[in-house]
Amino acid sequence: MPATVEREKELIARIVAGETNLFHELIRPYERMVYLSILTMLRNDQEAEDAAQEVMINAFRYLKNFRGDAKFSTWLVTIAMNEARQRLRKAKAAQLESLDEDKEDREGDFTPAVLTDWREIPSEALEKKEMRQKLREAVEQLPPIYREVLVLRDLEEMNQEETASALGINVTLVKVRLHRARMMLQKLLAPYLRAAAPAKKGFFGRMFQ
Amino acid sequence: MTLECKHVWEHISEYLDKQLDPKLLTDIEKHLENCEVCSAILDSTRNILVLTADNRTYELPVGYSERLHARLEKAIRETTGSKNDSA
Repeated sequence: MPATVEREKELIARIVAGETNLFHELIRPYERMVYLSILTMLRNDQEAEDAAQEVMINAFRYLKNFRGDAKFSTWLVTIAMNEARQRLRKAKAAQLESLDEDKEDREGDFTPAVLTDWREIPSEALEKKEMRQKLREAVEQLPPIYREVLVLRDLEEMNQEETASALGINVTLVKVRLHRARMMLQKLLAPYLRAAAPAKKGFFGRMFQ
Repeated sequence: MTLECKHVWEHISEYLDKQLDPKLLTDIEKHLENCEVCSAILDSTRNILVLTADNRTYELPVGYSERLHARLEKAIRETTGSKNDSA
């Protein structure tokens, strides 16, 4: 869906040169990406929408600073994540609360839930709306430093390097946090996944993959 | 060489991202063939990732795009004046 790199480069050059209306076209493929990365961080529809609009406006204002050594989408997501982080920090300060969510915490607390007599989940069960709702709730429960990595890697499907660059952390940290985030999600969602799986048949009746 | 379950869990994420080196991958696959517990963890985590990437899990609010472009239009005009027109 995203425009080709060449087309994007051309658009950016023309916008910077004064054809500002082309900016609408430039960002259209990334509207969803920007909104969702902010929404998952802020957990509030209205604020996310406002923040996403600000991000696009800022992207317009600072487009001339875009160097082209990163992908435009990565640059845009970097702005989006900074906006989200800034708003989260403000909200936290307003609460006068010292949430220690920013710490790299609790060694060994990232083990998955063990599911005994697990059955493969039929795709109809995964297709259910409730399951998506549960997933969104579980994502919201992750501490922000894990949530942001999970969102960029598994929702936006950005690669490790892009994710690292957008978040200003190194690739190793992306991997560590992503692993932890996934394990936390697995633990949070295990009860619902289990409920979605069919009743046990034979002990070895399950298929992998 | 038999792996402990806990050791396998540490590598689930890399396994799903196909980032394991061949030797460890072989050991883990061997373990998975015989371990219901680890297979279930792998399976359920994979389900979660499929669900996360599913476009229907998160949706844009109705009218989002229109509101975004309207506000952008305003901001663009304020920044540059309304002199620009493009095809």
